[in-house]
Amino acid sequence: MIDYITDNRSIILEALAQHVWLSLLPVVIGAVLALPVGYLAVRYPRLYQPVVNLGGLIYSIPSLALFLTLPAVLGLRVLDPLNVVAALSLYTFALLTRTVADALLSVQGQTTQAAFALGYRPVRQLVGVELPMALPVMLAGLRVATVSNISLVSVSAFVGVPNLGSLFTRGLQLDFIEPIVVGIVLSVLLAAICDVAIVAAQHRLTPWSRVGAR
Amino acid sequence: MTVTPMINYFAFLLDRANWVGANAEIPQRLLEHVAYTLVTVAISAAIALPVGLLIGHTNRGALLAINVGNAGRALPTFGLLSLMVILIGTGTLPVLVALVVLAVPPILSATYAGIRSVEPSAVNAAIGMGMRPSQVLFKAEVPMALPLIFGGLRSALLQVCATATVAAYVGFGGLGRFLIDGLSTNDYAQVFAGAVLVAVLAIALDFLSAAVQRAVVSPGVRARSTRVGSGARPTQSGPTRTDQPAPTAGTSR
Amino acid sequence: MITFDAVTKAFPGGNVAVDSLSMELPTGQITVFVGPSGCGKTTSLRMINRTIEPSSGTISIDGEDVSKQDAALLRRKIGYVIQNAGLFPHRTIVDNIATVPLLNGVNKKQAREGAAELLTRVGLDESLADRYPSQLSGGQQQRVGVARALAADPPVMLMDEPFSAVDPIVRESLQNEFLRLQSEIGKTIAFVTHDIDEAIKLGDNIAILRVGGHLAQLGSPRDVLDHPADEFVADFVGRDRGFRALSFLTAETLEVEPVRAYVDRKDSVRLVLDGSGKPQGWTSNGTGDLRALPSTFTSHDSLRLVTDLAITSPAGAAVRVTADGVADGVVAHEAVARHLTAMRQSER
Repeated sequence: MIDYITDNRSIILEALAQHVWLSLLPVVIGAVLALPVGYLAVRYPRLYQPVVNLGGLIYSIPSLALFLTLPAVLGLRVLDPLNVVAALSLYTFALLTRTVADALLSVQGQTTQAAFALGYRPVRQLVGVELPMALPVMLAGLRVATVSNISLVSVSAFVGVPNLGSLFTRGLQLDFIEPIVVGIVLSVLLAAICDVAIVAAQHRLTPWSRVGAR
Repeated sequence: MTVTPMINYFAFLLDRANWVGANAEIPQRLLEHVAYTLVTVAISAAIALPVGLLIGHTNRGALLAINVGNAGRALPTFGLLSLMVILIGTGTLPVLVALVVLAVPPILSATYAGIRSVEPSAVNAAIGMGMRPSQVLFKAEVPMALPLIFGGLRSALLQVCATATVAAYVGFGGLGRFLIDGLSTNDYAQVFAGAVLVAVLAIALDFLSAAVQRAVVSPGVRARSTRVGSGARPTQSGPTRTDQPAPTAGTSR
Repeated sequence: MITFDAVTKAFPGGNVAVDSLSMELPTGQITVFVGPSGCGKTTSLRMINRTIEPSSGTISIDGEDVSKQDAALLRRKIGYVIQNAGLFPHRTIVDNIATVPLLNGVNKKQAREGAAELLTRVGLDESLADRYPSQLSGGQQQRVGVARALAADPPVMLMDEPFSAVDPIVRESLQNEFLRLQSEIGKTIAFVTHDIDEAIKLGDNIAILRVGGHLAQLGSPRDVLDHPADEFVADFVGRDRGFRALSFLTAETLEVEPVRAYVDRKDSVRLVLDGSGKPQGWTSNGTGDLRALPSTFTSHDSLRLVTDLAITSPAGAAVRVTADGVADGVVAHEAVARHLTAMRQSER
């Protein structure tokens, strides 16, 4: 196993690097798009149900189906990694929109009414009161989206996009177990690191939840 | 590359020969796909439900139940498939094993979360009224936990349906065959057909399972919101959604 | 009759919740366990139906040791009402009420019919039968909880702070309904509350427990108010226990002045009667306008009511009436006070 790793170091690292940007960029894109849409779904309650239903619909579609149909829609080649980014951004967006909406809904209540009565204007209240309170829930959703994306990227090796999944295809073609194990381990490690990073960020961003909770 | 006109993409789907007749591929692959999906979810449920109920009821081994959901999500589905093939060989068995392994975590963690989310006062009342432990579990806790349990089952269903598609890479049947065969012969109409069919199947399965959920879960429990942020106990498995025609607890597909 | 015989409950970690409690809960009466947090009242209650097991000592119901019986079957013979009702959200109201009969094997139709009847007994409308708990208010849910406890017609009922989770207005009506119900069914009831006023209002017997699970006093509400066993009890009952004790004394032996004395007064507030002798109100001579009487009392009413009427009246006196409403006496608040003093002097 060790030999395999040292011999193929560059291939492995290349695959890992590809995997990182293919999985994390969509998280950013999806999150950035989900925030305003999730907010709108709360601000205009009529939008909530359709938004949630649409998101659910998108999220039901198997990733492979998206990886293979988006190229036609976007006018890209099937092999183009941007398909993967687009597809995963769509998933992340679908997942996080509902998370953002539900998180904001769950913090509506006495605190927000108090803020309103104190004289907060809507935008300031959103940014200064509601978002911080909704943070734990939204970050929980972010963790789910990130970890899912990291796993989904390897599916795109099916269509030939280079990433850690290429190690799986290699292993299958050559009947070697080593690349497969390396690929799985790295993928899980990447997921674990990102998960821990988000938890750490949550810890730093929500000091009030650290103190006094018994 | 020139963008081929959309009509060509539908060629495979619109070809009657693929739908009717002895050699019609679509019904055959469709059936395979559905059958494998349902069978694997049934097996996974048979494993995960009792374990989840037990851990939830006794609260021993909670750490396992909470973390198995997250761990399962982190496993690359394609990697697991490949691993099983290398270990077991080609054929349907490695795929079934991989699918079962992938479907157990969401069901297990959702079942555990469901039992923990039950109102303690209702459980205390059940014990105080004279229900025996098994009666408390099945007459009180489970019905109240059903929304979350169903969430896990539906999540697993979609997970398996999606991964079964990928399994075509290792020679599995099902709708994924259209994808891989089409890719290898540059028959993009076939690829498109496979993608559309599997997407529609997934959505249909989700709809049907939502209908089953609505039929099985008591209206009195449905009314309680199981949205993120509410409920008796927060779960660590991330956001869960239940009564929408949508997957829950974000699993990879 | 429920008997506690040197019952002790010590939790691992050293906390003694109940310490050698011995007492009897008489049949057909409401015994209230009351005390501050940590006095072991809920623990004592839950040892009766064995949802908590004693560390030592025995609890018997009608002579039979509860620990010798099958726990689940024992509990089906004991009605159990808890705070927040603990209704099953997944069952309709009528199915909730019918829970224990169904567990006992009664057929569904019969159980549901019995349940529907109980629904009206606890003061709820039949139309609620097929609703779900989430559609009912807190007060309604609590009533369903009581109905559920009564469904199998158990001789004994345990009630753990059943009225604490609702607002004061709802609580008062629930307490009154409960007293009415008990007057019809006469169960042996063990009731837990942290509210001494509720205990005094509802209890036939009151057991005041001290932190650490010791019985400080066991007696009737009147005993507890008039003769608190020690300073802890006196403090717990509260500063105005003397005034509250007046609720338990009636106006039967109270001497009244003749009505004419207050009707014929010339230089202060006088009483105005109508043609049939019923009191209309007070009027100050010269101004001619009438201040209506808030109410009158009969000889069966409590001294607390009489005192209250007297001290709020512009004449400093309350008006007694017969069953027909005809004024037959007036008593000044000084007279009430003298009456009380005389009573206290003759007690000791």
